Amino acid sequence: MLELDNISKTYRIGTFGGKELHAVSNVSFDVRDGEVVSLIGESGSGKSTIGKMILRLLSVNSGSIRFDGVDISSFKGQELKEYYRKVQGVFQDPFSSYNPIFKADRIFDILHEEFFPHLKGRDWQAKLNGSLSCVGLNPEHVLNKYPHQLSGGQLQRFLIARALLLETNFLVADEIISMLDASTRIDVLNLLAECKKEGLAVLFITHDLSLGYYISERAVILYRGCVVEMGITEKIYNHPLHPYTQMLMSSVPRLDKHWEAIEGENELNRKQTDVTSGCSYYSRCPQAVEGECNVKRPILVEIEPGHSVACLLVRPSSSTPVQKVAS
Amino acid sequence: MTTARKKNEFLYFAFRNIKLKIGLAVVLFFVLLAIIGPMITKFEPTQTAGAPNTPPSPVYWFGTTTFGEDVFSQFVHGLSSTFEVGIIGGGIATILGMIIGFAAGYRGGILDEILNILTNVILTIPVLALLVVISAYVKVRGVMIESLFIGITTWPWAARAIRAQTFSLRTRDFVDMARMSGERSAKIVFSEIAPNMASYLFMTFILMFGGAILSAATLDFLGLGPTQVISLGTMMNLAVAWSALILKMWWWFIPPGVGITAIVGGLYIMNVGLDEVFNPKLREM
Amino acid sequence: MSLNIENLTVYYQTLRGDVQALENASFIVADGEIMGLAGESGCGKTTLSNSLIMLTPPMKWIAGTVMLDGKNLPIADESGMGEYRYKKISIIPQYAMNALNPTRKIGRMTGELLHSRSIDYHSRLPELKRRIEMVKLPADVLDRYPIELSGGMKQRMVMVLSTLLDPSLLIADEVTSALDVSSQKAVSELLVEFRNQKIVKSIIVITHDISILYQIADSILVMYAGQLCEKASTGSIINYPRHPYTKLLISSLPKVGVKYNEHRLEGIPGSPPLLLHPPEGCRFRDRCPVAFEKCTEVPPFIEVEPDHCVACWKES
Repeated sequence: MLELDNISKTYRIGTFGGKELHAVSNVSFDVRDGEVVSLIGESGSGKSTIGKMILRLLSVNSGSIRFDGVDISSFKGQELKEYYRKVQGVFQDPFSSYNPIFKADRIFDILHEEFFPHLKGRDWQAKLNGSLSCVGLNPEHVLNKYPHQLSGGQLQRFLIARALLLETNFLVADEIISMLDASTRIDVLNLLAECKKEGLAVLFITHDLSLGYYISERAVILYRGCVVEMGITEKIYNHPLHPYTQMLMSSVPRLDKHWEAIEGENELNRKQTDVTSGCSYYSRCPQAVEGECNVKRPILVEIEPGHSVACLLVRPSSSTPVQKVAS
Repeated sequence: MTTARKKNEFLYFAFRNIKLKIGLAVVLFFVLLAIIGPMITKFEPTQTAGAPNTPPSPVYWFGTTTFGEDVFSQFVHGLSSTFEVGIIGGGIATILGMIIGFAAGYRGGILDEILNILTNVILTIPVLALLVVISAYVKVRGVMIESLFIGITTWPWAARAIRAQTFSLRTRDFVDMARMSGERSAKIVFSEIAPNMASYLFMTFILMFGGAILSAATLDFLGLGPTQVISLGTMMNLAVAWSALILKMWWWFIPPGVGITAIVGGLYIMNVGLDEVFNPKLREM
Repeated sequence: MSLNIENLTVYYQTLRGDVQALENASFIVADGEIMGLAGESGCGKTTLSNSLIMLTPPMKWIAGTVMLDGKNLPIADESGMGEYRYKKISIIPQYAMNALNPTRKIGRMTGELLHSRSIDYHSRLPELKRRIEMVKLPADVLDRYPIELSGGMKQRMVMVLSTLLDPSLLIADEVTSALDVSSQKAVSELLVEFRNQKIVKSIIVITHDISILYQIADSILVMYAGQLCEKASTGSIINYPRHPYTKLLISSLPKVGVKYNEHRLEGIPGSPPLLLHPPEGCRFRDRCPVAFEKCTEVPPFIEVEPDHCVACWKES
């Protein structure tokens, strides 16, 4: 359904725009119909930038994003509106997604004006109530209120109801539950999973690995704008191959086992002068090989079916499923 | 949810707000005075009504000037021309500032650069010199021309302020949400961003209004304004020029000074009250 | 060191009345213990930590005592607390890493901080440098501006500053929430290291992330809407919780290895009560699956097993 083909986003920074910041470098992946893909990365990984590029809120510097085969950068006016019927987004901060001086249900009124002008009065109300009950909200309790009178969980559900109202096929969920309380998080997450059963495809952007595991079929791990590992969620979580993924997995605080001592990577201060050549993880990688990893750019290679890694030290072997070349 | 209901809510909160009521009362008082005053004075503003330099008395409510003119009559006639200049001049400046500020702030990029250059050019033009040149060519001089002139030379301040606010509001998530709802840029600016800055816009208008009044007073004093019209500003300037301060003729300069202060002050207080009406979080309910 | 809190009650004064933010908190933190304080937003954990350090308006002390090392802490007396604050009991406030003055070099800021406490910067400098090395910060960090440091580095610097005078008790308020996974691990492990090296004697770690507490805390205290729910060793809370809220909370946490299709997790329907006029008795009863009539009376926080306290009528 959605295909990202070698997309990049570069910003000019520095006093006179002299330096370049590669927020996203040559990222490619796809999301199929009705699938949930987790886009996992820490801050600075470019995951939100990718989300915004898919939502046409930011422009793509190179490469293309295709929705059902059509390049989305060509959309204007009515075509763009049609695109927004099929693709929508929900962001991290529920309170800033609403104009604070208006009531929260105004977001539905906007949809009414822009997309359903022909539906009047009771028909519209019925449709609205239907969407609200799908997300587990009681129309009487939540309509006609200001955003600051509702809770974060209710506001996020409102936004999901909005997407359902449009009968969206694809939802970009950018850290939608990280600002919610522990007891409401799982409810919103379950709601997303239920919507998926109805056919909604989701790009679930998060930094929390356990959430990614709970809800997605495939996962894409990002580091500093580059895809380092990608594939079926269980395979990545059970045997991560890229050193960064391995570090992530072992640093996640779990409820069933304690942190193991792994080689402290913060002490490594390898010089990496040019990020565009060589691996982006070189300066922190405990297994990096000087002369190789800082010179050659790793590309995504399928190591086993449904599991690809971008690391020069990981090679697919013909006889055994996974074999790592020791440095 | 419907717009009629929303309007009623605004009015409901508006009428409960003390600051709004006080400010509005003060401003309305002077408006009424401007309307009714000329009808109840016995003298014309520039008529030599009696002995010069007389303090307030039952006949001359605000006393007389150095030329024997009735100060009260000047005051109430001056109010209306003052309001006119303030509203028209301030209004033009605010509207021009809004158009340019919104366009530059929302679009950014090349448009922003060009508009910035325009703004800076206008800011640095010496207004008085320009006015002297213009008045040499324009034979007709009235309040309208003066207001127009003030309007098109003072908008840069408003444009700058509005541009800065628009810049910061534009990056908020709810603007992204509006974009994703298929709203067009102009609609987003006027239905999402502008209402969020409603009290800021009104404040801008108030400042332009006050500034226009004072600019008009300066121009009038220099003889570059309308020739036959008395305004509060001209009264004050004349009072100072004719040594009213030294001669302790307080009745000549205090009424117009208090008048200007009260009108602009009343508008400021209204603005604070309006902030509470527009911003639901500040309401005391 | 020992911290003994009894019946601590702190409200917030507002125009509309008193917000009953903390009600009758009683617990003990032993010497060398790292106690985790867990709960949702609005449960009172920040109120508790702030009242131990700086109880200023709009906070109002209503009742209760705090004994630190056998001495009564005059928490209601702001100036009286001056001799304990930072020296005997210290805090790493929430968002501390964002509060570093961006126009000051770290070293100069540290100097000003110590000077305000009438401590000579230069005499402390060798110890400061040793601590900086201990937290694995580069030696030149004192010459850098905050903007040159990453989130994790700033947090570690703030930790060094807060513990420079070796307080008996350290309170760490949400020190890991804004950090990346790798920095979270480093900072959490540092807290344990501080305790192990006896730089501080005991730590209260406040967080909403229970999995971090599982990694580093010896015991966990769970709060809800200003009331204490349960306190026990970490293992007991995670594996054998007894309070209904704790049970629901633990079971709603996503873990690696749990998929939606296989095992659907459940949250807790409803939301915490407003504390301006809180419900009578146990404040969890509106959302509690096993509430009954007696719950309109406040359940006492009592020890039901050795070292395991619960406030629930069903468990006592």
